[in-house]
Amino acid sequence: MAATERRVRIMNKIATLMKEAAIPVASPPLVTLRGVHKVFANQVTALEGLDLDIRAGEFLSLLGPSGCGKSTVLRLLAGLTGPTRGEIVWLTKCPELGFVFQEPTLTPWSDVFTNVWLPLRLAGVSKEKARPRVKEALEQVGLAGFAKAYPRQLSGGMKMRVSIARALVTRPTVLLMDEPFAALDEITRLKLNDDLAALRSSLGATVVFVTHSVFESVYLSDRIVVMAARPGRAVAEIIVESPTESRQEGFRLCKAYADTCVQTSEALHVAMGDRPPKMLKGGAA
Amino acid sequence: MSKDDFVGYAVPALTLGLGLLAWEGLVRYFAVPSYLLPAPSLIISTLITDWPTLSASLWVTLSITLKALAVAVVGSVALAILFAQSRVVERAFYPFAVAMQVTPIVAIAPLLLIYLTPGVAVLVCAFLVAFFPLLANTTLGLSSADHNLVDLFQMYRASRMQQFMLLRLPSALPYFLAGLRISGGLALIGAIVAEIAAGSAGQGSGLAYRIVESGFRLNIPRMFAALLLISVAGITIHLLLTALSHWLLRDWHDSERTRET
Repeated sequence: MAATERRVRIMNKIATLMKEAAIPVASPPLVTLRGVHKVFANQVTALEGLDLDIRAGEFLSLLGPSGCGKSTVLRLLAGLTGPTRGEIVWLTKCPELGFVFQEPTLTPWSDVFTNVWLPLRLAGVSKEKARPRVKEALEQVGLAGFAKAYPRQLSGGMKMRVSIARALVTRPTVLLMDEPFAALDEITRLKLNDDLAALRSSLGATVVFVTHSVFESVYLSDRIVVMAARPGRAVAEIIVESPTESRQEGFRLCKAYADTCVQTSEALHVAMGDRPPKMLKGGAA
Repeated sequence: MSKDDFVGYAVPALTLGLGLLAWEGLVRYFAVPSYLLPAPSLIISTLITDWPTLSASLWVTLSITLKALAVAVVGSVALAILFAQSRVVERAFYPFAVAMQVTPIVAIAPLLLIYLTPGVAVLVCAFLVAFFPLLANTTLGLSSADHNLVDLFQMYRASRMQQFMLLRLPSALPYFLAGLRISGGLALIGAIVAEIAAGSAGQGSGLAYRIVESGFRLNIPRMFAALLLISVAGITIHLLLTALSHWLLRDWHDSERTRET
């Protein structure tokens, strides 16, 4: 309770300060992370002094090697854990969130419908009332007609689609995705990237997308924040110039895509430069 | 029926048939007296002639077994749920549940007979044996929900009750059913062991008592017939619980998955 009150007080204070200082802000960021430190119970520092603004409606990728704290950022945004130091300030109180894990994370004992219904069910929406919303979410991910299937009857890619439908069913303002396609084969992954890009431009939701893949991040994002490990921090920011709304499969063949991939890749190498020399040799090759 | 199924049933049936034939043949060839080793045919005919007595005893043993199993299911699930709510409660009681389990039931039975009527004592013995596998499995099951799903429930602000009903309980079901299959067999063993202990005190009328009684009277064919009934009862309990488990898990659990070939 006290923490919430404090957060509200600080938010108000920031708003007042900004007004007093007359800072010209076109649209204030949806979320602001200010000097966020996160130290786990085992004394591992996951994040050290992370500053990050997430703007409403943008597709932001967090790209970096293992251990750079990019998943921790998502957990902090989802409220699953709190920062050790620093502040996370939301523009709107209690925004509707959707979360997609690396694994589909479905309940194997219930069918696709019941899995997608879950977030609404937890909010007290009856099965009948939820039906149109669930149907809509399943259509959005291309799984209309699979409502009665059980997860184990589906392929890895389809399970991931169910997981995305579950995240969309509450019509979230922010979609948090933690390496959602990392466990899939390349062909399925490309297809899901295309579908996610199309879906995103029709929904207009803010997406925070964690990934290991340079190509995936460039293809999907408006903006890429490159992170470095040990301790986790943001080291570079890359703006992908082409508007995401008009991106299609052909974007992968554009020069702009290739250039941004090179630029991002170089930034990633710089980010990994402070690793032990042995690792660097492999990375630079 | 596929070829694999045929082999699966036919081979053990053949082994059994050959074994029984050899047994019958040897007993007849060497003219072994029936009070040493009765032939299978004699055992079957005893089973038929003594059916009124034996079936009554079978019913007594089965009803004790099933009652004990039912009480064990209710008790262990209730206690496991309590353990899942509080680590302190688990710490406080779990060691005693283990102690209860590792103490041989044969050693406790005579003591129970002092304080309880033989009928109740036998029931308590069967319950004690059946209780622990159910408790251990259900406790493990309730704490083995997928961590990401737990996070997801937390993110959607699920109540404790919702998390329990929609996540922990279904996650625990396969574990509970595995425990139930073990406990089903153990409840029968517990009932038999306790009946033997109680039987020597001159009470009871279950199958174990019939075995002890027939032993005293050198009625060896009837001993075998009673033994056969106990085996059949054990196998039946196992098959029924396996079928229950299959029926409940067939849609989703990996243990019920058959690979398409």
